[in-house]
Amino acid sequence: MFAKTILQLSQGLQDRQFSAVEIATLFLDRIEKFSNLNAFLDINRDTSLKQAKAADKRLAERRANPLTGIPIAHKDIFVTTDFKSTAGSKMLANYKSPFNATIVDNLQSAGMVSLGKLNCDEFAMGSSNENSFYGPVLNPWDKEHVPGGSSGGSAAAVSARLVPAATATDTGGSIREPAAFCGITGVKPTYGRASRWGMIAFASSLDQGGIMCSSAEEAGLIFNSMLGFDSQDSTSVDRPPENFNRYIDKDLKELKIGIPREFFDSNIDNEVRVAIQAALQALEHAGMNLIEITLPNSHLGIPVYYVIAPAECSSNLSRYDGVRYGYRAEDHENLTEMIKKTRSEGFGKEPKRRIMIGTYVLSQGYYDAYYLKAQQVRQLIINDFSSAFLDCDIIAGPVTAETAFKLGDKIKDPLSMYQSDFYTIPASLAGIPAMSIPCGFSSTGLPIGLQLMGNYFEEAKLLGVAHSYQKLTDWHTKMPDGIS
Amino acid sequence: MGWLVSIGLETHVQLATSSKIFSGGATDFGKTPNSQASVVDLALPGTLPVLNEQVVEYAMRFGLAINGKINKRSVFARKNYFYPDLPKGYQISQYEEPIVEGGSLTIWVNNNGKTVRLTRAHLEEDAGKSLHDIYPTHSAIDLNRAGTPLLEIVTEPDMNSSLEAVEYAKTLYELVTWIGICSGNMQEGNFRCDANVSIRKSPDCPLGVRREIKNLNSFKFLQSAIDFEILWQVGQLEEGRKISQATVLYDANKNETRVMREKEDAHDYRYFADPDLLPLNITNEAVEKVAQDMPELPNEVKTRFAKTYRLSREDASLLGANRQTADYFEETVKQARKLITFDNLEKIISNWILGELFATLNKNSLKIQDSPVDPHNLAKLVSRICDGTLSSNLGKTVFEQMWISKEDVDSIILQKGLKQITDSSEIEKIVGTIISENLHLANEYKSGKDKALNALVGKIMKATKGKANPQKVKDILKTKLGY
Repeated sequence: MFAKTILQLSQGLQDRQFSAVEIATLFLDRIEKFSNLNAFLDINRDTSLKQAKAADKRLAERRANPLTGIPIAHKDIFVTTDFKSTAGSKMLANYKSPFNATIVDNLQSAGMVSLGKLNCDEFAMGSSNENSFYGPVLNPWDKEHVPGGSSGGSAAAVSARLVPAATATDTGGSIREPAAFCGITGVKPTYGRASRWGMIAFASSLDQGGIMCSSAEEAGLIFNSMLGFDSQDSTSVDRPPENFNRYIDKDLKELKIGIPREFFDSNIDNEVRVAIQAALQALEHAGMNLIEITLPNSHLGIPVYYVIAPAECSSNLSRYDGVRYGYRAEDHENLTEMIKKTRSEGFGKEPKRRIMIGTYVLSQGYYDAYYLKAQQVRQLIINDFSSAFLDCDIIAGPVTAETAFKLGDKIKDPLSMYQSDFYTIPASLAGIPAMSIPCGFSSTGLPIGLQLMGNYFEEAKLLGVAHSYQKLTDWHTKMPDGIS
Repeated sequence: MGWLVSIGLETHVQLATSSKIFSGGATDFGKTPNSQASVVDLALPGTLPVLNEQVVEYAMRFGLAINGKINKRSVFARKNYFYPDLPKGYQISQYEEPIVEGGSLTIWVNNNGKTVRLTRAHLEEDAGKSLHDIYPTHSAIDLNRAGTPLLEIVTEPDMNSSLEAVEYAKTLYELVTWIGICSGNMQEGNFRCDANVSIRKSPDCPLGVRREIKNLNSFKFLQSAIDFEILWQVGQLEEGRKISQATVLYDANKNETRVMREKEDAHDYRYFADPDLLPLNITNEAVEKVAQDMPELPNEVKTRFAKTYRLSREDASLLGANRQTADYFEETVKQARKLITFDNLEKIISNWILGELFATLNKNSLKIQDSPVDPHNLAKLVSRICDGTLSSNLGKTVFEQMWISKEDVDSIILQKGLKQITDSSEIEKIVGTIISENLHLANEYKSGKDKALNALVGKIMKATKGKANPQKVKDILKTKLGY
């Protein structure tokens, strides 16, 4: 049952083969059974079953849509009234929001049943999920390896089929990298598509909510309910609703797939390179044209990102001062000491490191050299994509240079950890939609991800290409051992 | 004293919107602490700002009123600093690209017009309040004010005395209340000034080192704080000391300024464009639309009053001090003109408003829009004076009665029998009686003592309870006494 796709579950619910309550119970039991993965931070059986009952009522009354009764879980970056919202931080331990994130509300309105909150790197800062105050998440394919980050809980949970789909967020690769490491489908839409209302901010100009699930088609189905204009988010883009699965049955033979020369440098692991090349050949066999393109400034992605993201985070995290909510240090003589102690004790190493970097690059005398310069280079990276999309429809390449690394391998070396995001950061800086789909395994049995990137607002085409690949291959149906 | 003073003002004008600048929270004053703070104002995790369109319109109105440049593009920036009543840890303000730049305001000091150049006006949010006197060992935070929209208006250092600074502040106050963007309640902090004061030896020298006096929320404090500061700075320089740049606070009780922080303690605010808000783009059409709805401005109204109604600049200024007074005056003129044609009618109305009406309003702490005597009734009263029915003195009696009973002028005259006696024969009869009773006065007058005539007039007015027309009484007396 847990191996069923969302489409199969949906069909079964419509046909009354099983109820939403039965499905919810099954997955809740799995969440408890596989709690060793540490994917979930908060569950609430009563609340989830109540939602499932409501879904069953809708199904019985024939007021359901394809998502009604399908379980989902949310990255703990999205605030929820039913569960705690910690952002993986001590700072927000036990914090409960008085309102839901728009995305959570949207999916709930569609009838999806929330099973709980998913572990992640603290304030979404990290590439391995080892920065969570609540401990690392284990990769279901090999528990000695990281699931990737920052949406590690989401990726592991979907991969181990503890839940059919999970929300996630991507700031520099936080959806695509863990999706690749855990062998699932992860999609980040165009910046402005997913409302940021209720999404705990890390770097506002880069943060974008997205989805993790088992296939491109499922992602499109969920996007139909999840995305859309939100007047509570000033950066939300007002566009008419669309069917994100409209390319699924289209003939995509004439599409041009751009292969960025810079994405196949010497850093890339050979097994990953082979898998990606095989995937590209599969697209070619499907009738698409492969062309070489160039993204000449992509090597500047990491330095630019590690100026802009920390700058924004240093400001976004200023609200955690112990005054109004969240953690407050004890034993302080005065106000300044209270704020200092609260922040010193409440934040983990990585947020502190980024707050320091961000504060530095915004300081008087450094602003022009770092922040302003980074914004200018960001524009160059955007221009790279604009030129590339004149020649191609979709850009394809690796998600990461290697497969999931071992727990503890990189946590002591932030710079090498930051390098994990080399291939994912450019799309984040440009704000274009991008995704990761499974395209093979390493000799040690770890998943490899293929990255696909589309032009602004071309999620449907992007999902169409991914779907045509998933029609030809079965990598996305593979599941790790030991999850039965 | 040989020193040239330069003063620039930064004024925080609270914009009169019902909701906050970036949230739906209400802006009502004096509510239960924190009852007006929305999830955005509290800076709860996951909240985002959305700009209140009304504040943009208000800023545009101001830009047009001062003939400034309304920028097609302006940018909201974050001003980062920690303070317990600053919930986000940053204030959203405008920094490098404000909504309004340039423009000027004309102020009048001793009947001379002077132009004060404005540097800029930008939109920002207010912070909350820290309260230190509620609990013995803790401070309390009230975030009701957090997110209240402010327009910060900055001048060039064009004012050269505390008087000019106060005149500028008053003129600005009149303007922002006139164009309806600020409700102007100074006790509630709707209008707060920071004054940058420096002195130098002559206009050829560069500006001296300035000190900024923070948070002056009354015209009186503004004046006394600047006066103190000037004297202090002169004292320092004349004793050979140097002035260092600083932010100071004015203590009204002690009438002195005290250093709050020196320049070296200045915050590094780490300004950067707020990524949660898009740049604010204003189209020409939007500006035109606001321009169409712009009212006539105070200076225009004052000039027009002086010119078309032949009033002194001073009277015109007083009548044009706010829209309500100006409207009251013009409405009274309009009504009175329907009732009577009289030379100087407008001057008489102006005198009545600035004299009797203002005095009575003040005594009763009422605003002109709440006056029991409305323009229609005042017009009628003035017309009864102009047509000779009432003497000026009787007019005041009628005014007092109208204030209390709100009755019609004519019915009060009738009830109280206040109608002026204009019938000559009747007056002659009374004059005859009074002369015969006061022959000594009549003789004194005949022997050249003019004062005696006034005494006789007084006795006649008393006998008629003030109803006789004094001019007529005088004329008849003179004839009778053979002058």
